[in-house]
Amino acid sequence: MARRKNRDMLVFGALLALGLVAPFVIYPVFLMKVLCFALFACAFNLLVGYVGLLSFGHAMFFGFAAYISGYTVKVMGWPTEVGILAGAAVAAALGLVAGAIAIRRQGIYFAMVTLALAQMVYFFCLQAKFTGGEDGIQGIPRRPLLGLLPITNDFVFYYVVLAIFSIGFLIIWRTIHSPFGQVLKAIRENEARAVSLGYAVDSFKLIAFVLSATLAGLAGATKAIVFQLASLTDVAWQMSGEVVLMTLVGGLGTVFGPIVGAGIIITMQNYLAGFGEWVLVIQGAIFVVTVLLFRRGVVGEIMALAQYLRGGKAAAEPSSAAMHGQPAE
Amino acid sequence: MFELLGVPPQALFGQLLLGLINGAFYALLSLGLAVIFGLMNVINFTHGAQYMMGAFASWMLLQYLGVPYWGALVLAPIIVGATGVVIERLLISRLYHLDHLYGLLLTFGIALIIEGLFRNQYGSSGLPYANPIPGGINLGFMFLPYYRAWVIVFSLAVCLATWFMIEKTQLGSYLRAATERPDLVRAFGINVPRMITLTYGFGVGLAALAGVLAAPIYSVNPIMGSYLIIVVFAVVVIGGMGSILGSIITGFGLGVIEGLTKVFYPEASNTVIFIVMAIVLMLRPQGLFGTPR
Repeated sequence: MARRKNRDMLVFGALLALGLVAPFVIYPVFLMKVLCFALFACAFNLLVGYVGLLSFGHAMFFGFAAYISGYTVKVMGWPTEVGILAGAAVAAALGLVAGAIAIRRQGIYFAMVTLALAQMVYFFCLQAKFTGGEDGIQGIPRRPLLGLLPITNDFVFYYVVLAIFSIGFLIIWRTIHSPFGQVLKAIRENEARAVSLGYAVDSFKLIAFVLSATLAGLAGATKAIVFQLASLTDVAWQMSGEVVLMTLVGGLGTVFGPIVGAGIIITMQNYLAGFGEWVLVIQGAIFVVTVLLFRRGVVGEIMALAQYLRGGKAAAEPSSAAMHGQPAE
Repeated sequence: MFELLGVPPQALFGQLLLGLINGAFYALLSLGLAVIFGLMNVINFTHGAQYMMGAFASWMLLQYLGVPYWGALVLAPIIVGATGVVIERLLISRLYHLDHLYGLLLTFGIALIIEGLFRNQYGSSGLPYANPIPGGINLGFMFLPYYRAWVIVFSLAVCLATWFMIEKTQLGSYLRAATERPDLVRAFGINVPRMITLTYGFGVGLAALAGVLAAPIYSVNPIMGSYLIIVVFAVVVIGGMGSILGSIITGFGLGVIEGLTKVFYPEASNTVIFIVMAIVLMLRPQGLFGTPR
């Protein structure tokens, strides 16, 4: 356990070092996009990987927080950092309401309920005045952070986004490895047993849901400032599907999988931007191929390979590890 | 000109009619989902795309082969159902030993592929499909188009026939038995994997049938299914998937509620079904017709 923790921190340190030099080689706006989606995917993964709850509606937190930070910064003139925090706070509140409703069902029903709730938020955003309907909120200003950091400079802003991502990632990492996280894993593995041991399973699930929603909101709020845009795309069901895809490709229930997955999918979208509707077809094909052929995802497969080379038996399929082994209702 | 609850009767009954029609689609789709889920434990995310394929199949049959509506009503569900059989055999059947959530992810991926292919080919603006029975009758309090009356009567008949087949026939008893204990049913010499395949094809056929019925009312559009499937998921959560009759009643009932909301508070008409879902989850988490675990 301790060795695994050390290894995780080593990998994170290496990634961080890579992140620090990356903007000298790669376009910073692209990197910021990857980081925002990586945080979004990590937040999503906290729920599916460690509690066994597959949310198919996480776009509601990402997108709604984007609207809130866009509106508070642009229309109400709030400072950038307060706007981002406001987005995350509203996502937390939304997560509390949506979570209280959704955790009443498990498994497949949980996925359907979250999808339906997200669609409700989508229609709310479509009709509400402050979101700008089909136009979204455009031209969100990038005012100096804390009144001094000139984030109109992509280079400077990149390091801010890297810091936001790192904080979010460390919060998730700390949660997973805390006693609280152990209870979450116990719920994932055998909910009835966790109940019989006296854990208030529903409150644990709800807290995890709110935490996941908050961090997804933090990602969305940051994204709105980066692209100076909050739009319906961010709350639509396709966005919920994309974050599922990123996490699946990277590796459900792995610490670094969502980061890798986000990098892969965003890169792919960049290259395929000119192909129009084919992006949808290719994303669907990746879903099908990943589910059928390598369910562990990129990071999961690498870890299994490493374990195999070390002579241990290959890690089990993630069917029981990443998604809960409970029979469906 | 008399008014009911401050609303002109034409508007009220017109929306009620449209609500019943949407309810018919909800019922047909959630029925297919429930039958598939009962036997396979897979939530078929491709269902919306298959509904869209049904509408497109009838449009293509007319456009390229000159097959009229009534021919498409029979052929389109069979064709789309056959594609469903292929998908089940090639892809979905490989996942039965895994967590059900993988089935959801797989069928979601298939739905994206199908929708993307159709959007590539036909754009997303929608294609018209001529009404096969134009005209209608004035009932005094409202105008009733013949085609809309046909959709409601026909889909109700299909729903009840499905209910009869599952609950009252020998084939249905095999199906229900396989839902409970597939291994035991297999030991009695019934080919359960083939039954699963055909059931999937049947559920998909129901979705395609709804698509054919929808084609003359809504334009034929590659994205017509992806919105609908989310609403149908909410309908399924509200009704619970345990009961066939429950699915039918919930489908029609929610269609009517949606229609009435359009009359009295149009701003909420898009969200009313989701709100009902939230309320039902708080009061009766297993769904109106579901059985508690």
